[in-house]
Amino acid sequence: MKKLSSSDSSTQNPSILPIKSGAEIIVATLIEQGVETMFGYPGGVALPLFDKLYDAPINFIIPRHEQGGCHMADGFARASGKTGVILTTSGPGACNLVTGLATAMMDSVPMVALTAQVRTDLIGNDAFQEADTTGITRPVTKHNMIIKDIKDLQRSIREAFYIASTGRPGPVLIDIPVDIEVAKYPLQPLEEISLPGYKPQEKGHHRQIKMAAEMINKSERPVLYAGGGVITDNASEELREFAKKANLPVTMTLLGLGCFDQREPHSLDMLGMHGTAYANFAVQECDLMIAVGARFDDRVTGKLKTFAPNAKFIHIDIDPSSISKNINVNIPVVGSAKYTLGELTKEVEFKERKAWFDKIADWKKRYPLRYDAKSTNIKPQYVIEQICEATKSEAIIVTGVGQHQMWTAQFYKHIKPRHFITSGGLGTMGYGLPAAIGAQIAMPGATVIDIDGDSSFNMTMNELCTAVQYELPIKVCIINNGHMGMVRQWQQLFYGKRYSKSSLRNPEFAAVAQAFGAVGITVDKKSEVKSAIAKMLAEKRPCLVDFKVEREENVWPMVATGKSLHEMDGLDIFDSMA
Amino acid sequence: MKHIISTLVQNKPGVLAHVAGMFAARAFNIDSLAVGRTDDPMLSRMTIVVIGDDKVVEQVRKQLAKIIDVVKIQDFSGKEVIARDLMLMNVCTPPEKRAEVLALVEMFKAKVVDIGQKFVMVEFSASEDKIESFIDACRPYGIKNMVRTGTVAMARLSQATGGEE
Ligand SMILES: Cc1ncc(C[n+]2csc(CCOP(=O)(O)OP(=O)(O)O)c2C)c(N)n1
Repeated sequence: MKKLSSSDSSTQNPSILPIKSGAEIIVATLIEQGVETMFGYPGGVALPLFDKLYDAPINFIIPRHEQGGCHMADGFARASGKTGVILTTSGPGACNLVTGLATAMMDSVPMVALTAQVRTDLIGNDAFQEADTTGITRPVTKHNMIIKDIKDLQRSIREAFYIASTGRPGPVLIDIPVDIEVAKYPLQPLEEISLPGYKPQEKGHHRQIKMAAEMINKSERPVLYAGGGVITDNASEELREFAKKANLPVTMTLLGLGCFDQREPHSLDMLGMHGTAYANFAVQECDLMIAVGARFDDRVTGKLKTFAPNAKFIHIDIDPSSISKNINVNIPVVGSAKYTLGELTKEVEFKERKAWFDKIADWKKRYPLRYDAKSTNIKPQYVIEQICEATKSEAIIVTGVGQHQMWTAQFYKHIKPRHFITSGGLGTMGYGLPAAIGAQIAMPGATVIDIDGDSSFNMTMNELCTAVQYELPIKVCIINNGHMGMVRQWQQLFYGKRYSKSSLRNPEFAAVAQAFGAVGITVDKKSEVKSAIAKMLAEKRPCLVDFKVEREENVWPMVATGKSLHEMDGLDIFDSMA
Repeated sequence: MKHIISTLVQNKPGVLAHVAGMFAARAFNIDSLAVGRTDDPMLSRMTIVVIGDDKVVEQVRKQLAKIIDVVKIQDFSGKEVIARDLMLMNVCTPPEKRAEVLALVEMFKAKVVDIGQKFVMVEFSASEDKIESFIDACRPYGIKNMVRTGTVAMARLSQATGGEE
């Protein structure tokens, strides 16, 4: 049972509770749950609710497409830590949420989706704009429900916010038939949330924590492997203290980037398919891996059988089903990252581990991330390094999916949590621009930059108009290689350079931006990169820079599918250029 | 290997879809699924027979626990349980064979619940392997049709608290 911060209204006599319509109850409950900003798009059966939003004190953002709205709510949530809220009409509106919900689900993003539904008595009749929304979204939500009785409405909304934001967060969808929006019922006082089947275990078991600490204290070659759960749980500070006290090298997943300052010598940066050589070597040679808020995803582990072959595993996660799913774990600790790391720090001892750190330093020296910096063409990595330098690593960086996403992970130095926002689990192209808009709305004072691929940007570029409408100073940097670069790379390496259907005719992106009312700049000379970035950063309007980069650059290193982490390709490619 | 998992779920619309959908989405193999009311009107019980090794069943348990409306899970693996299936079957009984079939029914302690001209309907509640042997025994006479409920199970009282979470 969870006690809500209850007002004295709980003592009110129910007979004098104000009678409200369902739509009014929804708005009142959103406000009660602290919603100041939400995203949504109207339609027939949502109109009673939109009518009540007409003069509600909620900042309402209308995207150009519901998928965009859903990614906006997601970006808003990742940047702020608050629950993102999206509202759509039934049928087509609800169906357009699927990609956005799946993206949020895979990356554990707290979100509440409200979808309107046809009248209760029409459900199942193939009514106009009817879709089985709860059926369609069940596998891509943490929980969903349809309200069939006005009595359940307010409690369900409260439960949705609670479920979405606690435990391992995720999207929760509530489907609300239009007759429920107009039905009348008394506004209910806050009460305890009672969900007998839902009790997230925040506090890790003390005995397990003690055993974990002993194992860490004994370890000669440990690696701390931090995932998105550390950021979700706002546990970056705890992670830093823990790593410092126990003296551990730290590697991060794509979603974990930012939870540990990459300027620290103990940072091994990202591991996995496009991780650094020093992270992957360290993982393969470690004798102990401490996983926190990470889930041994196949893009991280490579071939499972030979992953960290000499290691014992400690796995800290709020979600018991993540533990021992892919890797058999020696010491499981079910608990929140924040609590568990805090307790663990009390128990661990400093250990020098000179031989181990010497070895890591040697790998770092021999295999830094590299590219052909002398090239006179615009190298994508160069653009990203320049963005990093110009923003002093302080910007909120959002990406699409593909090569540019990996280069941004590799070549932007991530130093703060909630400053790198990317679709990791689902890998959703088109995520970048709308998520950047959501992040900018959450953090109005921040510099928000969408580093995007040309094909990814094509998918949702209509949202540039949303950025213009709401006067958001977001920046879009297109790493324009004229290809679906990541697909082209795989076709080059694994399909004998048969570039099947992997390039598109692009529009003139700068002109498109201008037509939308944003600033558009095209850069096709290396010498113009720095000045264009400076101009972009000074711009108050939404600003797009189209960087015409090297067309056939590849992401290195790379662990090909089915290979072990230490079997990286591309380590020697730059030797001749050095 | 077969494992019997018994879960208490909230008696709400959509719960069965949540559970069944999870099994499909995660490619778990269900052998049978039986759902029924309990003494508490707020709760239903689902008895699920899953095929898989211990690792699979551990994931099944954890994934079930993740479903918000699933209140309690018991894994009966390695526990002493009473497990029963209920079956109704129409067996062909030409006059010259009727006595033989009735003798079989008697021997298995099954029950005749309806008698037609050419068939008898037999009701049989027993453990799965007993039901299987009964079916095998009836096969030579001809089985017109049959229905089964899927397994329901309870731990023996002496062990009733084992394996709950
Ligand atoms: C919605 C969606 N469709 C298809 C894919 C498969 N896919 C992964 S990367 C990629 C190419 C991305 O191209 P671009 O956005 O130009 O980025 P680049 O790799 O060139 O940096 C594709 C098609 C995907 N991840 N998401």
